[in-house]
Amino acid sequence: MKRASSAAPALAILLVWQLAAMIVASPQLPSPEAVLTVLWVEATGGPLLADLGATLARVGICFCLAMLVGSAIGISMASLPGLGRWLDPWVQLLLTLPAMAVAILCYIWLGLGETAAIIAVTLSKLPNVVVILREGARSRDPELAEMARLFRFSRKSLFLDLMLPELAPYFLAATRSGLSLVWKIVLLVELLGRSSGIGFRLHVYFQLLDIARILAYALSFMAVIQLIEITLLAWMDRHVARWKR
Amino acid sequence: MLQVAGLGKSRGGRILFQDIAFTLAKGEILGLSGPSGAGKTTLLSILAGLDTDYQGSLRWEGSPRIGMVFQSPRLLPWRTAAENVALAVAGDRGKALAMLEKVGLAEAADIYPARLSLGMARRVALARALVIEPDVLLLDEAFVSLDPKSADQARAIVLEAVARRGMAVLTVSHDRPDLEKMAGRILELV
Repeated sequence: MKRASSAAPALAILLVWQLAAMIVASPQLPSPEAVLTVLWVEATGGPLLADLGATLARVGICFCLAMLVGSAIGISMASLPGLGRWLDPWVQLLLTLPAMAVAILCYIWLGLGETAAIIAVTLSKLPNVVVILREGARSRDPELAEMARLFRFSRKSLFLDLMLPELAPYFLAATRSGLSLVWKIVLLVELLGRSSGIGFRLHVYFQLLDIARILAYALSFMAVIQLIEITLLAWMDRHVARWKR
Repeated sequence: MLQVAGLGKSRGGRILFQDIAFTLAKGEILGLSGPSGAGKTTLLSILAGLDTDYQGSLRWEGSPRIGMVFQSPRLLPWRTAAENVALAVAGDRGKALAMLEKVGLAEAADIYPARLSLGMARRVALARALVIEPDVLLLDEAFVSLDPKSADQARAIVLEAVARRGMAVLTVSHDRPDLEKMAGRILELV
């Protein structure tokens, strides 16, 4: 019953799409069936899987880099107020800088290569992680820290048993917002300056005005992201909150 | 074991307490009474080494291991009762389980603090303080919200450690009759 009700919105979208395609009856709006057929053809005989892999690899690398560096900076900013004051204007600057501008500047300064693409995406996501983890580290419970000091927790224990679980909800928030942000920026940098990936392919089919292929590539990537959301992120949600039940 | 002289503490321009002097001997149970806001918890924090901003002198004999039961249990909510106790002894689950059994919580070992009553959580906190076999035990309203039977049981465990190992105890409460059940000497903080 629950599965049926959660599938209902997706089925409704498909139905509306199908009806709209029938009414418009134009290559500008292909039917779901036509898009799925293209998707199958591109996946079995075309470059879809290779492009999907290239984009996912970029998403994975940029996401991990942004999480690692951003967490370290955010936690350091909360722990060392002097550093926090010094870095805050830089974080504000990066927060207000459009991802498109970062991507263009990186391509101009570093050349149209993989390094520039990775740096551009990581830089665009970085301030978001920094701010979330900085706020998380600022809201840590000083009473628990005192308790850990009194009972002489080891460094490993301070990290694994105190800091990580305390910051887990913030890591989860940064992960969730990060994933949705990173993949969109990756598509943008692929569109601007890469020769592989879903973004590159969308750019090619945009020039050919091949709507069916544009929708097929976009849908394939959205499906992968949704899969990550309902498996990995849902598991993380349950794991982080297990002690609250 | 401990000599305190001229101890004072101010916060935000307000004097919490001043010129406090007392000694604590090995195997002694000293009670500290006083109204809310008199600085009892702050005094314990200073003795535990958690607050170093004070006036006066504090002389410990050697470097005693200090255990403390805080006013709120301060358990890690994401760790079970046994894990919370074990963390004080570098993860030794065997010791943690034995101590939990002593405080009557053997069956709650794998329960997270959110599912423990306040009284049970206080007993877990007592187990955590005792499992390290402290030379000095600081108790901050440790028996509040325990039912009479559990409170008596907790006191008996503390008294046993005092008799067996000569552990010194400084227990703080606003409830003087509660202190009289255990302390040999009671100081009034006004």
